[in-house]
Amino acid sequence: MAVFPWHSRNRNYKAEFASCRLEAVPLEFGDYHPLKPITVTESKTKKVNRKGSTSSTSSSSSSSVVDPLSSVLDGTDPLSMFAATADPAALAAAMDSSRRKRDRDDNSVVGSDFEPWTNKRGEILARYTTTEKLSINLFMGSEKGKAGTATLAMSEKVRTRLEELDDFEEGSQKELLNLTQQDYVNRIEELNQSLKDAWASDQKVKALKIVIQCSKLLSDTSVIQFYPSKFVLITDILDTFGKLVYERIFSMCVDSRSVLPDHFSPENANDTAKETCLNWFFKIASIRELIPRFYVEASILKCNKFLSKTGISECLPRLTCMIRGIGDPLVSVYARAYLCRVGMEVAPHLKETLNKNFFDFLLTFKQIHGDTVQNQLVVQGVELPSYLPLYPPAMDWIFQCISYHAPEALLTEMMERCKKLGNNALLLNSVMSAFRAEFIATRSMDFIGMIKECDESGFPKHLLFRSLGLNLALADPPESDRLQILNEAWKVITKLKNPQKREVNTVLADVIKHMTPDRAFEDSYPQLQLIIKKVIAHFHDFSVLFSVEKFLPFLDMFQKESVRVEVCKCIMDAFIKHQQEPTKDPVILNALLHVCKTMHDSVNALTLEDEKRMLSYLINGFIKMVSFGRDFEQQLSFYVESRSMFCNLEPVLVQLIHSVNRLAMETRKVMKGNHSRKTAAFVRACVAYCFITIPSLAGIFTRLNLYLHSGQVALANQCLSQADAFFKAAISLVPEVPKMINIDGKMRPSESFLLEFLCNFFSTLLIVPDHPEHGVLFLVRELLNVIQDYTWEDNSDEKIRIYTCVLHLLSAMSQETYLYHIDKVDSNDSLYGGDSKFLAENNKLCETVMAQILEHLKTLAKDEALKRQSSLGLSFFNSILAHGDLRNNKLNQLSVNLWHLAQRHGCADTRTMVKTLEYIKKQSKQPDMTHLTELALRLPLQTRT
Amino acid sequence: MGTALDIKIKRANKVYHAGEVLSGVVVISSKDSVQHQGVSLTMEGTVNLQLSAKSVGVFEAFYNSVKPIQIINSTIEMVKPGKFPSGKTEIPFEFPLHLKGNKVLYETYHGVFVNIQYTLRCDMKRSLLAKDLTKTCEFIVHSAKGKFTPSPVDFTITPETLQNVKERALLPKFLLRGHLNSTNCVITQPLTGELVVESSEAAIRSVELQLVRVETCGCAEGYARDATEIQNIQIADGDVCRGLSVPIYMVFPRLFTCPTLETTNFKVEFEVNIVVLLHPDHLITENFPLKLCRI
Repeated sequence: MAVFPWHSRNRNYKAEFASCRLEAVPLEFGDYHPLKPITVTESKTKKVNRKGSTSSTSSSSSSSVVDPLSSVLDGTDPLSMFAATADPAALAAAMDSSRRKRDRDDNSVVGSDFEPWTNKRGEILARYTTTEKLSINLFMGSEKGKAGTATLAMSEKVRTRLEELDDFEEGSQKELLNLTQQDYVNRIEELNQSLKDAWASDQKVKALKIVIQCSKLLSDTSVIQFYPSKFVLITDILDTFGKLVYERIFSMCVDSRSVLPDHFSPENANDTAKETCLNWFFKIASIRELIPRFYVEASILKCNKFLSKTGISECLPRLTCMIRGIGDPLVSVYARAYLCRVGMEVAPHLKETLNKNFFDFLLTFKQIHGDTVQNQLVVQGVELPSYLPLYPPAMDWIFQCISYHAPEALLTEMMERCKKLGNNALLLNSVMSAFRAEFIATRSMDFIGMIKECDESGFPKHLLFRSLGLNLALADPPESDRLQILNEAWKVITKLKNPQKREVNTVLADVIKHMTPDRAFEDSYPQLQLIIKKVIAHFHDFSVLFSVEKFLPFLDMFQKESVRVEVCKCIMDAFIKHQQEPTKDPVILNALLHVCKTMHDSVNALTLEDEKRMLSYLINGFIKMVSFGRDFEQQLSFYVESRSMFCNLEPVLVQLIHSVNRLAMETRKVMKGNHSRKTAAFVRACVAYCFITIPSLAGIFTRLNLYLHSGQVALANQCLSQADAFFKAAISLVPEVPKMINIDGKMRPSESFLLEFLCNFFSTLLIVPDHPEHGVLFLVRELLNVIQDYTWEDNSDEKIRIYTCVLHLLSAMSQETYLYHIDKVDSNDSLYGGDSKFLAENNKLCETVMAQILEHLKTLAKDEALKRQSSLGLSFFNSILAHGDLRNNKLNQLSVNLWHLAQRHGCADTRTMVKTLEYIKKQSKQPDMTHLTELALRLPLQTRT
Repeated sequence: MGTALDIKIKRANKVYHAGEVLSGVVVISSKDSVQHQGVSLTMEGTVNLQLSAKSVGVFEAFYNSVKPIQIINSTIEMVKPGKFPSGKTEIPFEFPLHLKGNKVLYETYHGVFVNIQYTLRCDMKRSLLAKDLTKTCEFIVHSAKGKFTPSPVDFTITPETLQNVKERALLPKFLLRGHLNSTNCVITQPLTGELVVESSEAAIRSVELQLVRVETCGCAEGYARDATEIQNIQIADGDVCRGLSVPIYMVFPRLFTCPTLETTNFKVEFEVNIVVLLHPDHLITENFPLKLCRI
């Protein structure tokens, strides 16, 4: 094969840049531009239509110039166009009323600051559990076959069967005894399912029966510890039922013409729907027992909307009164909680009922200590202190509903009423957990007084102080009271938090004092952790935090490693979030280094990748926040120290290398590029730091990129031999690149990454000056050797693509002045000054590379490779076109041959070819490119047949 | 052969008053065309009286059922013999609810011994080979409006006020106070009142409202008067708080109640019992006759 000589084209980069740049056109006012700031110009017609549409978004979103959608319709959307043709008066009236309704609802709808029931639900289920055996007593004929047979004892089976026979007509009484809690929950879930099934199969009566039977379970207070959970489970069923009924009636109102809006009035409901609705209410009103009647009616409270406007507001007080008939105080308070919940959902503006419930509850409060309850507790063997905690979920809920957006006066009144009742620890607790924190905080002294007066027997005082503390953590008490509060609380128990340094210190010291004997802290890590979290939440200034003397000793109490690391993570998280400015405060640095070290030391072979990433992220955040200002040496020594501390976390090391590189560049900036002897030495130290750190990393591409990056930094700082060392290291690392690498847990071929890296590398190599003791272009030669020896994937053209890039590099190198330079570094152009020997060397390299490319193209002559041959050929053609001097005949001939090759087997994309040809013709119009005209004539376009 | 006959009354609640016009459609739906010998529609209102076994003896009751009293009966021929096309055919109808003479349109009532019922029956006569089709449909009549005067009642129940006690000494002490807002009740509105347990030695198990119908039938042998329970509504469950009023509230069930009715042949009256169950096993009942009306 003939050897083609390479002649690179002389480039005038400046002229090329000027000719390629797009002409800048100044923007006239009023012209459309997507990035132009928005101005509002609303047309009048638009405004009118806006009112009718449901969305009330402000006009700020409408852009000045035509919205493509509305412009088509001349500013009127099709719906409002129809509406506009309707009777305008009626329309206006309808719009008015709907708007009024919406306005009214806006202030009545519960905001997002109201803690929803779903949050409480899980909590209750997790907290109120039992190991005792439960029983379900159901009375219905339906699911005979379904009875949880596996759990039933033989005698039970017989009994069930007999009863089934007894009551064949009416349904069977089924009493399931000896259920464990899990069985019980499963059974209830089954019931919930059968309710849905019954409803779906149009057995409305059966559905009602199921609901009644379920709510009847709520009157059963055996195994009282489980009652709150039972309440949660069964009210779930009731909710399902309520929703089903409402949706069904709602769907009856929807006829083919129109869909009922969300806020409909009873007149809009049709007669059938009303009749069905009435039927439900009549049916429910005739339920014999009080508790099921109450619950079922409450569950479909929302349906009153179909009957009359005032239905709900009349029903709620009645249902509230109805609860008075429930004798058991626990059952009744939960019934109230349910009513409040439904009330809040359906008609949050009706506050009266909530208050009434509360006052009624206060009236019956004394029952808790009455004989009936006491007797029941004796029978069940439950102590009062474990009975009383059954109340808070329901009470908290009621109180929360009431205090939501309630005026101060009401809260004060409620508090006064609570005060009057004796033995009110339970009430106090709920008041504190439900009312606004600010309200509590300002009255904290009162509360402490009340807490002190409480009877210890019923409700443990520390729980009261805990509730108070939770409030105080959220809102500050008056300054003057703080110490007194602390003292008072302190006498009782150590649970108060209060965001002042001195107090916190005292608190922490005391907690330490209490927890240290007998290593008591081992049992209360969660609480201690909570304390730390609260403290951190309030101290955003970390220098203050760490100057709290007892903080670090407090940390030392976390001796279990996992907990300790958790705590450290919290601290770092808060630091990253709240620290605004870089710091060099030795207190912070010391403490946080200690914290980070703790985190780092927890890493071992078993640590999960994710955990490592998390830790690295936190430590990196810290490192980035450390700055000693102009004291660069101190900074570097900090990085050195960090490296020794965090050597196990690769991302941290990477961060450190980047930081040090940055440090070097910053030094350069300070010295404005002219290093003094001292700074030069410092920069060299930085470079050395990087050079010895990089090899300890595992990721091959991390290393490669860091070598390149650090080399560039070294070059920028005029550390030529160091830069050479980096590049040599990178080159010698290339053969180690594996064929497949692991990215996010998946194995991927590495070639594309390698290609990317090498291209980047080439563009750096352009400006690296040759070493006087090595041969011409020794780095490029070495790299070429490596590429040559690297075992490439079979059937891959990456190698050739790289060679093409090398060709670009070499042509760029043979220019008189290079495309770019580094300040204060003489590149080869000024070193050799266009010396002919250098150019000859360069061309020789080009020839070799070209020979390689052509060789490869030849091997692609087989059928399956023709497409690749065509595209490679074309790309090579383009390279020659861009970089080669086509006045040279041989090169010219080669390019024509390549053109033919690309088209030979019909694999080429005709459009690309046409475009290329057009480009050539365009280029030929330029003054020194006329020879291209001739070339264009020699390049035929193959028509496809 | 899916030929279906259905009566659709215009009003969804099917309630009509004397003097109004009962209207609706008869719907005949079939895949094929239907040959028939005429369709007729009958409106009928009857009072069925039955004697209770308790008052006249088992056999008497069985054989001697009193003859039903007809209140209203009219038939119209809707369609002459012919053929219905396939698909759905709707035939509208109207019946004026007028009575002849001095008869009264009693309100619909479903009781045990007295039943007042109004039905619409549609008959489609067909040829010998095919069965005749019949569809009946009940509609509800509400009687004319009456007068309502509230009559509140206060009551106190103690062991001393009780009658019919075997051993008064064994009774625990208790004091219940309460009032009913009115014993004259509007049938569409609930019975309301309050009950306060002022004191009670024994724990209370339950307080219930028992709604009772008292039906009287006149026959040859004299009167038969029977009281039976319609429904029982619990208003207090468990040992309720002393001194706190518990609401008395009961909705009158539809169909099973009607305005208090007194005719020459039969009477329908209502009463309510307040039933208090005490631990361990005491039952205290206080009875209040009610007068229901419709306004």
